[in-house]
Amino acid sequence: MIATLKFTTLLLAVVVCRATQDYGYKDVEEPTLGDSQYGSLWPLPQKVQMSTVAFKLSGVSFQIVDAKESSSGASCSLLQNAYRRYDEYIFPISRMQGQNKKKAFASDVSELQVWITSADSECDNYPSVTSDESYELSVDSPVAVLKAPKVWGALRGLETFSQLVYEDEYGAKSINRTEIQDFPRFTHRGLLLDSSRHFLPIKVILANLEAMAWNKFNVFHWHIVDDPSFPYMSRTFPQLSQQGAYHPYTHVYTPSDVKMIIEFARLRGIRVVSEFDTPGHTQSWGKGQKDLLTPCYSGASPSGSFGPVNPILNTTYDFMAMFFKEVSTVFPDAYIHLGGDEVDFSCWKSNPDIQKFMAQQGFGTDYSKLESFYIQRLLDIVTTTNKGYMIWQEVIDNGVKLKADTLIHVWKGNQQQYQAEMARVTASGYQALLSTPWYLNRISYGQDWQAAYKADPQDFNGTDAQKKLVVGGEACLWGEYVDATNLTPRLWPRASAVGERLWSDKDVKDTNDAYSRLIQHRCRMVQRGIPAEPLFTGYCAHEYKGV
Amino acid sequence: MEEKTISNSRRCYKQWLWFMVLFMSFSVIYVDAVWPMPQMISSSMARYTLNPREFIFQYSSGSSAQPGCSLLDSAFERYYPLIFTDYRHDEWFRFPFTVVVHVERAECEGYPDADSSESYKLSVCSGQAALRAETVWGALRGLESFSQLVYQDDFGEYFVNETEIEDFPRFQFRGILLDTSRHYLPLHAILKTLDAMSYNKFNVFHWHIVDDPSFPYQSSTFPDLSSKGAFHPLTHVYTQIDVKRVIAHARLRGIRVLAEFDSPGHTQSWGKGQPGLLTPCYKGTVPSGTFGPVNPANSSSYQFMTRLFKEVTSVFPDSYVHLGGDEVDFTCWKSNPDVRGFMLKMGFGTDYTKLESYYMENMVNITKGLNKTAIVWQDVFDYHEKLCCSSLSVVEVWKGGCYLCEVRRVTKAGLRVVLASPWYLDQPGPTHDWARYYTVWPLAFKGTEQQKTLVIGGEVCMWGEYVDATNLSPRLWPRASAAGERLWSDEKMTSSVIDAFPRLVDFRCRLLRRGIQAEPLFVGHCRHEYQGI
Repeated sequence: MIATLKFTTLLLAVVVCRATQDYGYKDVEEPTLGDSQYGSLWPLPQKVQMSTVAFKLSGVSFQIVDAKESSSGASCSLLQNAYRRYDEYIFPISRMQGQNKKKAFASDVSELQVWITSADSECDNYPSVTSDESYELSVDSPVAVLKAPKVWGALRGLETFSQLVYEDEYGAKSINRTEIQDFPRFTHRGLLLDSSRHFLPIKVILANLEAMAWNKFNVFHWHIVDDPSFPYMSRTFPQLSQQGAYHPYTHVYTPSDVKMIIEFARLRGIRVVSEFDTPGHTQSWGKGQKDLLTPCYSGASPSGSFGPVNPILNTTYDFMAMFFKEVSTVFPDAYIHLGGDEVDFSCWKSNPDIQKFMAQQGFGTDYSKLESFYIQRLLDIVTTTNKGYMIWQEVIDNGVKLKADTLIHVWKGNQQQYQAEMARVTASGYQALLSTPWYLNRISYGQDWQAAYKADPQDFNGTDAQKKLVVGGEACLWGEYVDATNLTPRLWPRASAVGERLWSDKDVKDTNDAYSRLIQHRCRMVQRGIPAEPLFTGYCAHEYKGV
Repeated sequence: MEEKTISNSRRCYKQWLWFMVLFMSFSVIYVDAVWPMPQMISSSMARYTLNPREFIFQYSSGSSAQPGCSLLDSAFERYYPLIFTDYRHDEWFRFPFTVVVHVERAECEGYPDADSSESYKLSVCSGQAALRAETVWGALRGLESFSQLVYQDDFGEYFVNETEIEDFPRFQFRGILLDTSRHYLPLHAILKTLDAMSYNKFNVFHWHIVDDPSFPYQSSTFPDLSSKGAFHPLTHVYTQIDVKRVIAHARLRGIRVLAEFDSPGHTQSWGKGQPGLLTPCYKGTVPSGTFGPVNPANSSSYQFMTRLFKEVTSVFPDSYVHLGGDEVDFTCWKSNPDVRGFMLKMGFGTDYTKLESYYMENMVNITKGLNKTAIVWQDVFDYHEKLCCSSLSVVEVWKGGCYLCEVRRVTKAGLRVVLASPWYLDQPGPTHDWARYYTVWPLAFKGTEQQKTLVIGGEVCMWGEYVDATNLSPRLWPRASAAGERLWSDEKMTSSVIDAFPRLVDFRCRLLRRGIQAEPLFVGHCRHEYQGI
């Protein structure tokens, strides 16, 4: 999944393109900027009725409270935390002190009542692939009511409510009479961050989880380890990060770091799906786990370098069994991402023991059979932990037999190719997840959010049954050129485009309307402290204060 | 070598020669530390421990700058924490270390300018360092180099190796353009950029302060310009105090502030606060309600410009001022009957480039009257070339294609050139391509020696369509560092991208350590990662 230039290629490319650039600063296709009838809502809810009747929100008396009928109460810390968070978003400057509590005016909205309608609010659960995120929001005077079957819907509804609030010309907080019924189009709306190519400090991950919630993303795909470094601190195999991380203390995620991230995500209705990619992309594993990787040969003797995981040793599978047993308890989510992409066969081919094994197994010279052999055994191991799995598309391309509920992650090719792949995967009865058009680490000059916005995961030739197998998509931000210094502005608001595509109705595709809402949404993110980059010339009332 | 301040200097001198030989034959590895690469540097394995509590900067007895030289005093203050980035107070006594600074001409209260010398000599030897420079500006560059020579081992101890440096810039003009009109840049973003510029030995901050979208410069003569033309009259403006602060911050770092008030095009925001300044566009025989470039047919335009530039040139002390003059769209002028009448009167026919030339010539004369040197974008020269006029002096080349052809043409006409074309860093480009900005050869055109000397430097441009405080720093650094080395260092010594890469990787980590949000060049890590978001 990381089809990027290697460094040497980069250097060559550089010299070649030197003379071919052509400038002109007005060559950008800019959407027309008007006012959206939907204000600054992002992503757009499924059904919105907004009237022009406006109410005030008093900075002194407005409150978010549990509705009397709600199955959730003061003991639900997930919601109580969310109330406080959204109160601060709505009133970013410290609230006026309460001693002067005037009665609410007739035109005020004095309360937002949050009403969890089903008996089990799921307050203490982890969000899952089947979590109900639907909600209904009714804004009227004197009270606004947010109804949701589960806390997950309430979280989404709180975000929507906060987006309805605006400042009138005197700086007073206002909100229009509004009715909203909302639910996500896709259940899996993910964002991949890569903490191996560059270590991402906890603070950065948390800030982006926060931004994900504002954009109604619900899956943090944590590509936690890879070739360059192994920052995950394993209790069972502590030497993996001791030897394999960039630095054994400053560049690792301790068990308590991981726990904190999972809980922070849970409180925002976000699942954490960890990826431990094998058998390729494992150079860093080899440093702390001797004999795990395949020794490459140069002629008749080992060359000193190593290839993918060694698939012919029993010790490999013993290790994987213990390792994934730990991973499955550390990460509560029902899914684990097992990777399986970009396996380079040249090292396997060079190794005489592997050649012998290939002959024994009757694989001939088809090394994808060996890969299948490995993946098959790995899947059996992971199945014993009662987890479902996600894998990159190569695994199915290579014909590995998979459990029926496996999620196939499509990442390769151009538009035509990925659409064909989506059709193939779903025709085989597997669930599919799309990432190809959303590799946000790729940048270009101008408004490239539009390309991301226009892509649609169900846009391929297939039956309705096939389309139903599409569970969603993921924006990917690979780490070759990204670390804490540039991650956040590169991601936002470009990932927001993906967020709307995955949440809103498929007919929401008016780029001009989106542009108007997205500009405001971007300024809102900036005001909430996220350095989301600008879409084009212009300004926000509250500019970014960091640097 | 300064005999007075360095005892035992003969020993070091011998080593210096020896290492020069070594350097020339093997291109030694110990010279990696400084970015941009000094003109001459050699160092040895011999190293001195630096103890933060026993470390001082000192003026040499013969130096014309002495304690009280505000510029260097504040530089010492700044460089101490830059050298000892995580100074722990439990350090125990080791060896005292002194940096003795000697300056020939102390212009401690002055401003750096086009002809300021920035050369210096630095000798780390016999347990101390001697820094000699003709001017305080050179001393600043030398302090920067010294700070980059200091490194920490795994136990946190500070070291500096025996080193000899003789250094001077290849080009006198090494600029960075920031655009505060398309997006407003908060003051702290500008100041931070100035800090980073000084780490890279840039010496000109080209402040593209106003343009079509907004007019954030708060003029004391014409306050309506910003109160009506800024994005917001209070939160999105630069007050006179802000501007002074930028100029002072830049001065302390040896950086000139070159203000650009671009006209006659790129002036939409001006029109809001100065009615009658812009040309009313016509649809048929009636005004359409929209406006074009500054109206060149009205003498009131020139009266306004004279008063504005009188203010601007007194606010900005630099001897250069940038007049813009790029991308003028003639359609509005063509539509306006008064402008057409003026064309007729002046005998310009239908050649509107003559009208622009006429306007720019007036502007150049206004700035001449104010004793300033005007810089203009190449468009002005391109029109003038046809007309064969000689009022221009410095031309900034910005267009793509064969930009060296343009450099050749401009220098052939005897005018000075600042080159910007290859350094439009606001374009993220198809790849992450610092090397593209490194492999630029500004003098690789056919021309006489005289022509080559007319290329006074180059400039990194960070236009603001897609850039504001959220993404400015990582988009600028360390890619601008590549241009920084091209403009400062010897071209032969720095022609290899492969050699530069590991040095730039280290330098980028140093920038991070100093709080500059510089993005990564490739997979890897820094000992101290960026801690913001």
